[in-house]
Amino acid sequence: MTRSTRERLLTMLTLFLSFLMFFPILWMVLTSFKTEQVAFAFPPRLIFTPTLENWRIALVGTDYLNFLGNTLIITFVSTLAALILGVPAAYAMAFYATKRTDGSLLWVMSTRMLPPAGVIVPIYVIFQRLGLLDTFLGIIIIYTGMNVPLVIWMVRSFMLDIPFEIIEAARMDGVTLWQEIARMVLPLIVPGLAATALLCFIFAWNEFFFAFNLTTKTAAPLSVYISSFKTAEGLFWAKMSAAATATVFPVLIAGWVAQRQLVTGLTMGAVK
Amino acid sequence: MTQNVTATTSATREQQLRKFISAPTLLILIIITQIPFAFTLYYSFQNWNLLRPGNINWIGVRNYVRAFENPDFLRILWNTLVLSVSVVVITFVVGMIFALLLNRPFLGRGIARTLLISPFLVMPVVTAVLWKNVLLNPAFGMATYFLSLFGLPPIDWLAHYAMPSVIVTIAWQWTPFVMLILLAGLQSLPESTLEAASLDGANGFSLFRYIILPHLRTFIEIALLMEVLFILNIFGEIFVMTSGGPGIDTTNLPFEIYKEAFLRWNVSRAAAFGVLAVVLANIVVLLFLRVLRSEDQSQSAA
Repeated sequence: MTRSTRERLLTMLTLFLSFLMFFPILWMVLTSFKTEQVAFAFPPRLIFTPTLENWRIALVGTDYLNFLGNTLIITFVSTLAALILGVPAAYAMAFYATKRTDGSLLWVMSTRMLPPAGVIVPIYVIFQRLGLLDTFLGIIIIYTGMNVPLVIWMVRSFMLDIPFEIIEAARMDGVTLWQEIARMVLPLIVPGLAATALLCFIFAWNEFFFAFNLTTKTAAPLSVYISSFKTAEGLFWAKMSAAATATVFPVLIAGWVAQRQLVTGLTMGAVK
Repeated sequence: MTQNVTATTSATREQQLRKFISAPTLLILIIITQIPFAFTLYYSFQNWNLLRPGNINWIGVRNYVRAFENPDFLRILWNTLVLSVSVVVITFVVGMIFALLLNRPFLGRGIARTLLISPFLVMPVVTAVLWKNVLLNPAFGMATYFLSLFGLPPIDWLAHYAMPSVIVTIAWQWTPFVMLILLAGLQSLPESTLEAASLDGANGFSLFRYIILPHLRTFIEIALLMEVLFILNIFGEIFVMTSGGPGIDTTNLPFEIYKEAFLRWNVSRAAAFGVLAVVLANIVVLLFLRVLRSEDQSQSAA
């Protein structure tokens, strides 16, 4: 076997395996365009006349748009709040490191790694007493807390890449703190900030444990709605697939766009 | 740190401000994470059941002792371990293969990479609903179709092979995570090192065993430890696919905490289990920090 044949075979194998991994998602998308009857036809049908009927029913004929609205409010506000809280902390830890900074950073990381099941009971009790159960404010506070450590670690790692001479020169010119952050540092890390925001967005969008235990209807996001399909037997596969496809679509796009920074974010900046 | 020569009081105050702008954020993190955990610890030493209000006593470590005397609870810990280890082993092997396959230039590499990372982006609850209904359904599912191609009868996966089904589903979801980190590791390996080694007559396997694998060590450790931390918290997939069943065959620690707290309303016992979940996670975090520290040292040594 010559080298080029081997290379070609490896390429074909790679593409085939990639397709295989993606297949469940593709199948979900295809199912969403089938009629319910075709959706559970056996053997499964690859060729069919596509219909948008399920999409119409799944999105407009149910409460889907309500849940979507909730998810959008929760993800956008919590991402914004995490950035507002996280960026100044990241700045202080990147440019004004003291002896305690390393310890603080590790502590911040450990809060991110705290198992949700280890804090759910008191959070539920506290929320109940404060009237925060099933409110946007309640779930947004939780998601903000979940994403702040991620913002601190990621944004700090991007800030450390800025050549310190630039900052130093500006300080010699006597810029204020606000000018330094807003006019110098942030513009230099816009791609990093965008990637960080996208990751916060993905985590908040996909979260289920807190959402399921702390919200019921008024503030329940899409993940809670989708979980109600756990007993969907046979007849509603197509509508379920339409709702599911619509739900994963924004995150797939965000993840594909932020592919390069995904690794940095997932490892809190440990791997670039 | 360079300071203005004519440092006025306002400039000094600003220096102070610069150092302390992280304080509010850290304070909020303490409120959101540490205080609830302190309460978890506090509740875990009581006997508080929301169904029996007004009857709360301090009972010391009895919740913990009872947990470890209960064979069901030991089974749940075992399930948690089996789930984590199986997923980690599968995702490591498959993720490594994908990373190696993607680490060579070929037409369509970007597309392959994009397709491969997608399972990780899908909302876990969607993954669970999708696998449970569309893929693993014994009557109409894809798995049954593939079996029928080989003349095999349908299998009710979630009834007879619940844990393996959950493991495969979660492994599908987490393989891209491991793959991405290993791929980043492979791409940081200088091409010249590989060339030199193959000029010295190293073949594919010894290249992998003696050059690639040692280089990847830190990446492997980071990927697997981070993965374990997330897998220990798996909840949605179990809730949707099996509800912990049949029996308690697929109940892991987070799902048991949910049942204890929100189905049996036994706040204190759920809190005690929560403390154990935190202890378990902290063991993994400590290992993780050791890896990071040794990486720092090797970097400063280089």
